[in-house]
Amino acid sequence: MGMKSTTTDTQQPAKAAWEREVLEPALAKSPERLVSFTTISGRPIERLYTAEDVTDIKYDEDLGDPGVYPYTRGIHPTGYRGKLWTMRQFAGFGTPEETNGRYKQLLAAGGTGLSVAFDLPTLMGRDPDHPLSLGEVGKCGVNVTTLADMERLFDGISLADITTSMTINSPAPMIFAMYLVVAEQQGADWKKLSGTIQNDILKEFIAQKEYIFPPRPSMRLITDVFAFCAKEVPRWNTISVSGYHIREAGSTALQELAFTLRDGIEYVQWGIDAGLEIDDFVPRLSFFFNAHSDFFEEIAKYRAARKIWARVMRERFGAKHERSWKLRFHTQTAGVSLTAQQPYNNVVRTALQALSAVLGGTNSLHTNSLDEALSLPTAEAATLALRTQQVIAHESGITNMVDPLGGSYFVERLTLDMEEGAYRYFDTIDKMGGMVAAIEQGYPQREIAESSYLFQKAVEKKEKLIVGVNAHVEEGESPIPILYIDDRAADAQMARLLEVRSRRDAAKVAATLDALKETARGTGNTMVALLDCVRAYATVGEMCDALRDVWGEYEEVPSI
Amino acid sequence: MRRIRVIIAKPGLDGHDRGAKVIARALRDAGMEVIYTGLRQTPEQIASAALQEDADVVGLSILSGAHMHICPRLMELLKEKGLEHVQVVVGGIIPDVDAPKLKAMGISGIFLPGSPMQNIIDFINQRVQPRAEAV
Repeated sequence: MGMKSTTTDTQQPAKAAWEREVLEPALAKSPERLVSFTTISGRPIERLYTAEDVTDIKYDEDLGDPGVYPYTRGIHPTGYRGKLWTMRQFAGFGTPEETNGRYKQLLAAGGTGLSVAFDLPTLMGRDPDHPLSLGEVGKCGVNVTTLADMERLFDGISLADITTSMTINSPAPMIFAMYLVVAEQQGADWKKLSGTIQNDILKEFIAQKEYIFPPRPSMRLITDVFAFCAKEVPRWNTISVSGYHIREAGSTALQELAFTLRDGIEYVQWGIDAGLEIDDFVPRLSFFFNAHSDFFEEIAKYRAARKIWARVMRERFGAKHERSWKLRFHTQTAGVSLTAQQPYNNVVRTALQALSAVLGGTNSLHTNSLDEALSLPTAEAATLALRTQQVIAHESGITNMVDPLGGSYFVERLTLDMEEGAYRYFDTIDKMGGMVAAIEQGYPQREIAESSYLFQKAVEKKEKLIVGVNAHVEEGESPIPILYIDDRAADAQMARLLEVRSRRDAAKVAATLDALKETARGTGNTMVALLDCVRAYATVGEMCDALRDVWGEYEEVPSI
Repeated sequence: MRRIRVIIAKPGLDGHDRGAKVIARALRDAGMEVIYTGLRQTPEQIASAALQEDADVVGLSILSGAHMHICPRLMELLKEKGLEHVQVVVGGIIPDVDAPKLKAMGISGIFLPGSPMQNIIDFINQRVQPRAEAV
């Protein structure tokens, strides 16, 4: 790594000499706490890393200066000295009015971007009056059924002046179309709008399971969004290729890295196959990773991700523009690491996870609230989570320099090992015929289920300790205040749906839905047809049903 | 003696199945016979599965907040089918204030995030009397 190895100064490796002369006598006196030390992902970690562990790493090829290919040290030459990461807190619950109030509060508290959490009926393309929506309306996020809801969600918030991230996948084109129409009503220029839709269906099949249509027509919807935005909304991030949910479902750090980037490769390939020019759409792809509890493994993961993406875009796909090589990513701290027991400990967990994301060079960040193993966060808990980021940004000093851990023997070794591991997964998936084929064969799903079970067993055996859960347990804890979401939102949304249905032009709705089906059967761009449906106040359920009629629904074969 | 027979079900629209799958494997490794229904099961489908499979236990995994709608409906259907002996346990995100209400409607166990698998295994073993194999 351009660091002079001490091996040249002596005849024998310095580490071996140290082990014999210093370590062994020490171990003879007092043994180590554990027989083997591993990361939270089960990766073995050595006692000490020295220059001898990084002799195969070349600075220019493997690291590169900040802002220089392959961007291991970051995509910006100035790191956070120029601009801090975007502090983007994911929020949504109940009715659009309630969530609108929370957004105004987050913006007033210094949040710099919005991030919309939708409820399960919206995510699954069901209206509030569908039987499967029973008890779910407004519970996990905000309910948005028609354009009327989107108008209220952003009431008094100028879409030209903020960036918005929307966590929506199967119905992403429908919800995005609503956002675009609200922007149009506000007089905002689509060409200047900025934000992100998650729009990542592959990780739904792999991990979170919020799919509607089968994989192949789902991919068509996504490439239609790529094509539409390249022309009409050029600053919009058309997808957020997500490892977050893969990790939450129980994958290891390496599996999160490998499956997410392989998903990214799959989208690029499908975009090219749909006739798009690589440098026209790849710069608008963004990524979304988890920040889990194993500090250095996470940092290595982010650094490896940037490097792999740069290399794959340039070498595998021949992308010409630097913007196509640069991986930009959002991070969220690990929801799954939060405990219901001793919930205040979650503030500490989240702070450490957030620190790893910042040291890994994240471009935006969500920090979880301390009460999220119990419910959606209270306003106070959400504010504390945002303050955690602000303390890191302004008080810790780690934003003063770029990639402070670059050159660490351990971090560089781990970064390269993660990269090599990811390439091995790519080979396996390529041999299966790509990620869609691998998903159809259940491969990533099985890998994740296996990892999550192994981790749970390690917790049961106390090989992995979780404070408050299997170590330092307290009896008789006093409860903390939580946000309780009742059924008023469901009743309000039901009433609003009836009201919208009664005042809209039913013939126009039917005509636009028919046109959508025609487009889906043919090869036109579904986004264009969806915008017409939205302007006619068609519901999310109606638009998804129209496509269900054409494409059918996906059903997973249950397996354990 | 026949093995304890457990149905693990994911009701509602939520697809987060990590907990359901981990507990299904843990119960199977503990010697129980486990049937996993898969995602998005209605209370009607779950009750029918309990009847058809002659289940001793139904385990529900609910994280979305819909438990106060799903549980009463399932308990009503189990009663209609004469399945009052079936132990129903719920795992997931359940606010404290709802726990007594769920217990009152006949849910026998509630397990929050972080519950050790062994506690759930022990709970089921204590509650279910092994039955003779049906002839």
